[in-house]
Amino acid sequence: MAYSSAEQHHEPHSFWTRYVWSQDHKVIAVQYTITAIAVGMVALVLSNLMRLQLGFPGRFAFIDANHYYQYVTLHGMIMVVYLLTALFLGGFGNYLIPLMVGARDMVFPLLNMLSYWVYLLAVLVLMASFFVPGGPTGAGWTLYPPQSILPGTPGSDWGIILMLVSLLIFIVAATMGGLNYVITVLQARTRGMTLMRMPLTVWGIFVATIMALLAFPSLFVSGVMLLFDKVLGTSFFMPAIVSMGQALSYKGGSPILFQHLFWFFGHPEVYIVALPAFGIVSDLISTHSRKKIFGYHMMVWAIVMIGALSFVVWAHHMFVSGMNPYFGFFFATTTLIIAVPTAIKVYNWVLTLWHSDIHLSVPMLFAIGFISTFLIGGLTGLFLGNVSVDIPLSNTYFVVAHFHMVMGVSPILVIFGGLYHWFPKVTGRLMNETLGKLHFWVTFLGTYAIYFPMHYLGILGMPRRYYAYDNYAFIPASAQQLNAFITVAALIVGVTQLVFLYNLVHSTFRGRPAGSNPWRATTLEWQTPETPPGHGNWGAEQPEVHRWAYDYSVPGMAQDFVPQNSAVAGGGDDHDQTVVKAAPRRGRKKT
Amino acid sequence: MSLAQSARHDAGGARDGMPSAGKPALWVFMGVVTVLFAQFLHAYIVRMGYADWQRLPTLPTVWLNTALLLLSSAALQWAQVAGRHGRRAGMRGGLFLGGVLALAFLAGQLWLWRQLTALDYVIASGPASSFFYLLSGLHGIHLIGGLVAWGMTIRRVGHNDVTADGLLAVELCARYWHFLLALWLVLLGLLFIVPPATILAICSSA
Amino acid sequence: MALAIVLMALVAAAVLFHFLSPWWLTPLASNWGQIDTTLMITLAITGAFFIAINLFIAYCLIRFRQRDGHRAAHDPENKKLEGWLTGLTAVGIIAMLAPGLFVYAAYIDPPADSLVFEAVGQQWQWRFRFPGRDGRLGVTDSRFVSAENPLGLAPNDPRGQDDVLILNSEVHLPVGKPIKVLLRSQDVLHDFYVPPFRARMNLVPGMVTHFWFTPTRTGRFEILCAQLCGVGHFNMRGYVVVEEPAAFQAWLGRQSTFAHGATRTPVAATGAALPAQGKLLAQSRGCVACHSDDGSARVGPSWKGLYGKTETLADGSTVQVDPAYIAESIRTPNAKIVHGYPAIMPPFSLSDPELAALIAYMKTLSDKTVAQAGTP
Repeated sequence: MAYSSAEQHHEPHSFWTRYVWSQDHKVIAVQYTITAIAVGMVALVLSNLMRLQLGFPGRFAFIDANHYYQYVTLHGMIMVVYLLTALFLGGFGNYLIPLMVGARDMVFPLLNMLSYWVYLLAVLVLMASFFVPGGPTGAGWTLYPPQSILPGTPGSDWGIILMLVSLLIFIVAATMGGLNYVITVLQARTRGMTLMRMPLTVWGIFVATIMALLAFPSLFVSGVMLLFDKVLGTSFFMPAIVSMGQALSYKGGSPILFQHLFWFFGHPEVYIVALPAFGIVSDLISTHSRKKIFGYHMMVWAIVMIGALSFVVWAHHMFVSGMNPYFGFFFATTTLIIAVPTAIKVYNWVLTLWHSDIHLSVPMLFAIGFISTFLIGGLTGLFLGNVSVDIPLSNTYFVVAHFHMVMGVSPILVIFGGLYHWFPKVTGRLMNETLGKLHFWVTFLGTYAIYFPMHYLGILGMPRRYYAYDNYAFIPASAQQLNAFITVAALIVGVTQLVFLYNLVHSTFRGRPAGSNPWRATTLEWQTPETPPGHGNWGAEQPEVHRWAYDYSVPGMAQDFVPQNSAVAGGGDDHDQTVVKAAPRRGRKKT
Repeated sequence: MSLAQSARHDAGGARDGMPSAGKPALWVFMGVVTVLFAQFLHAYIVRMGYADWQRLPTLPTVWLNTALLLLSSAALQWAQVAGRHGRRAGMRGGLFLGGVLALAFLAGQLWLWRQLTALDYVIASGPASSFFYLLSGLHGIHLIGGLVAWGMTIRRVGHNDVTADGLLAVELCARYWHFLLALWLVLLGLLFIVPPATILAICSSA
Repeated sequence: MALAIVLMALVAAAVLFHFLSPWWLTPLASNWGQIDTTLMITLAITGAFFIAINLFIAYCLIRFRQRDGHRAAHDPENKKLEGWLTGLTAVGIIAMLAPGLFVYAAYIDPPADSLVFEAVGQQWQWRFRFPGRDGRLGVTDSRFVSAENPLGLAPNDPRGQDDVLILNSEVHLPVGKPIKVLLRSQDVLHDFYVPPFRARMNLVPGMVTHFWFTPTRTGRFEILCAQLCGVGHFNMRGYVVVEEPAAFQAWLGRQSTFAHGATRTPVAATGAALPAQGKLLAQSRGCVACHSDDGSARVGPSWKGLYGKTETLADGSTVQVDPAYIAESIRTPNAKIVHGYPAIMPPFSLSDPELAALIAYMKTLSDKTVAQAGTP
């Protein structure tokens, strides 16, 4: 899109049009980020309350079983959908896509603004469920019927209705945003920015967005049908049921159908969260180790492969669900196949470190931390994906530990790394490094302390989603001590996030000025004429891209990085045969 | 729908040598809607395989509505062709007629709902009934979204000669209408025409 | 540097934790040793990767840390290395997947001579059914479910008449014989999970699911529900007693059949044994899922100190908890709802002796008395 012709890009002047009803992708990104972090803090508090009950059962009288299940449910749902998905796509995607591909803005700024406000509405509807009679739903974030809409589950009237309505609204928001991100990447790249020159961050977010557009409809379908079952008395997912001694009027529906629909969304959702994290962490590692990412092409293909394969693995969440048992062979095989491109990504990250020049800045600490935690999460996924090993482990704490490692903590570490990394571009100031390191160490070590032992509780057979474990003979008393230890670790990690919040707010106003490119990075967002970038990002003229995103430590260059828009001869394209072949010559070497 | 409006934003500013963003955006959006309905129909076909399946009666109104939507789509096609040849009156007339026919289709769908309700086919009276209301309602909502875009397009092409972005908006409307028509025909086939046994045979052999 | 040391320390701690952890698989009690073997293969392979990659990172962090005058190498792509790593990963994957699939093939193929029994889940209790002498289970349907026919057997189906019904939460099984468990739920999803057996499956309302195993060890094992089934989920307990076939047959012979009105737990105890009987009843009928005996908050009011207490009802009136009130609260729970609790308790049909046993048990949990002892 051409900035010149832009009646649409009036520089906004009033406070309201500049910061509230803004159509500027950078402002919208900040709005998304702040909202997601705020709602994430709610979910964090819920998790700590949950841990209080598990660590010290009965000690806190206000956490009764009803509340416990409500905390479990809302914690999971908020973290997965309203924090991780929204922050990666709405926050990072919004901020970085236009800047990294050299665009003035998203192609549909109005739609982009609407996307945020609709997202906010979804968040508010969800939060409202805390204040309705019966409270929020306690059906678990998977919302499996029939349980989710029957008495016997907390919040089975208003709570579940608001939950489903909120999800449907969120999906509308995600679709509006997603259209924008995809079309912006496809149509608004600046001159010379070929697809194979894009930073892996953009690749990760791009593929994740396409997946979101294809996967969310499935959640929408299951959500609408469940809402109909609840409100209008249809029987999509509801067989004949005798609930609490009363025969209900439902008839003939299939609970397993819901699970298929849910996980057809739910598993890609894991990668909707993971792929942006993969992309971002690749760029963090490359930038802070001053070395080109190992196997860029393989990385791109791995992202695309993982994205595609993740649509044919969903039923590994359902190995013991009562579905046709022969599906187990197929889904176990596809699930373990997906481990290959995922493993390649891990190898390429660590091989990037080989013969590099590692600067252990705060973003880099988080990136390395991510590799370590994601490694555990990925490897334990091989247990659960392999159908017969899954049978004894399914629905135990092993599962809890696995998914927190792989799609809870790992993406969160990347989010932190990304925030520390791009904060200077957003505000023009650096975040405090000492506080950042404190935040990293407590969070990273806390992660191990919380989740590593949890795997062993799962191997022991402790089921998840239990309010209490009184008098189960097979659980040794020591398990309770371990649970108390995990709770203490979780509380410490929880409180430490306040340090991060303080750092974020304090540095916004008082941080050390950062300059335009504090990490000496090659990608376009660091080459803007102003920092923070002004409206329209690029001043008078959009940048022209001459090289890929990873020209670090090019021999013969005075500096150890060459920005993508630098026209000097030499650099990766010349030294690296495969890159030369893959990148079309359009717009290159004009100088 | 804000898509068309955004498309307008963009239409004037398409980067040199690049197609406008409105067209690919509509394609992507239609892709998303296709996936959405595919998931519903997947659930529908699974449910159809159960023993208690009983199809709804095909009332004449169904055919009337189908004809209305067909004509609506044709009118928009006419508007698009007229616009391409610079015939402003033809473009506006076709656009206007298309929208009115779409409204008539929606009214007809509501009428069909009332007729079925009168015959005691309410939303909770059986799986076929539930799916019918759900699918036709969702299709209607997508058409209402299209009508919002149509309203904006009417306003835009009302005053001046055929402009590039005005024509683009009409083209996008027409494309979306054809898509909704095709979607309705698929729904029509699965809900009313093709015998369940045939659908199940096709789906289980595939 | 610190990070490198920490990573190495974490690897060491992880390995130590693994070998020293008191939390490990429960001792196997079924034929599914192969599942454990597959688990161990997976653990060994993934453990090797975990150690190798973390140590590699640690090495890089030390060896290639930022130093003055040092610059990163500018490696070209290394397709060969990528190929090798991909191959190695694929081999590791196959080594885990192949045995896993073989075990799974056995898992979904119950032997033809299996002993069949049915486990029925309901919020939040387990009940069981064995085929009678004809070896076949009778037809069931949710529309037949009532307090007198809690498992919903078709009254007119001749095959169901001799079915043996176990209407409490403890089931016995013979050791050494393949068992095929049919699973049925009346309300929501549940999951039949006995950790030492390894095998398990969901209960899905509207359909019958199944799995099989062979108990290899006698003993009493806990049945857990492992699929969130509402607020009493964590207390939906049951027991499997695995015993010698002769003992099992004797036990089975003592149970009542459907035709012979097997709807109640026999209560014969009197006097001092009565509270103990009541406690068993509270466990077997699932009362304990919602009502604690130690004052802790659950779905319903705790029974500790309940007997003789004056409760405030939802409408603001008060009532003293006496035998008559208890009887009403069990048989028509929604008649009087205690303030602050949801109206979700199902009506239970207990016989008068059962009720007396329960009340006797509640009395032991309270130091209060009721002035005028009513009769239930």
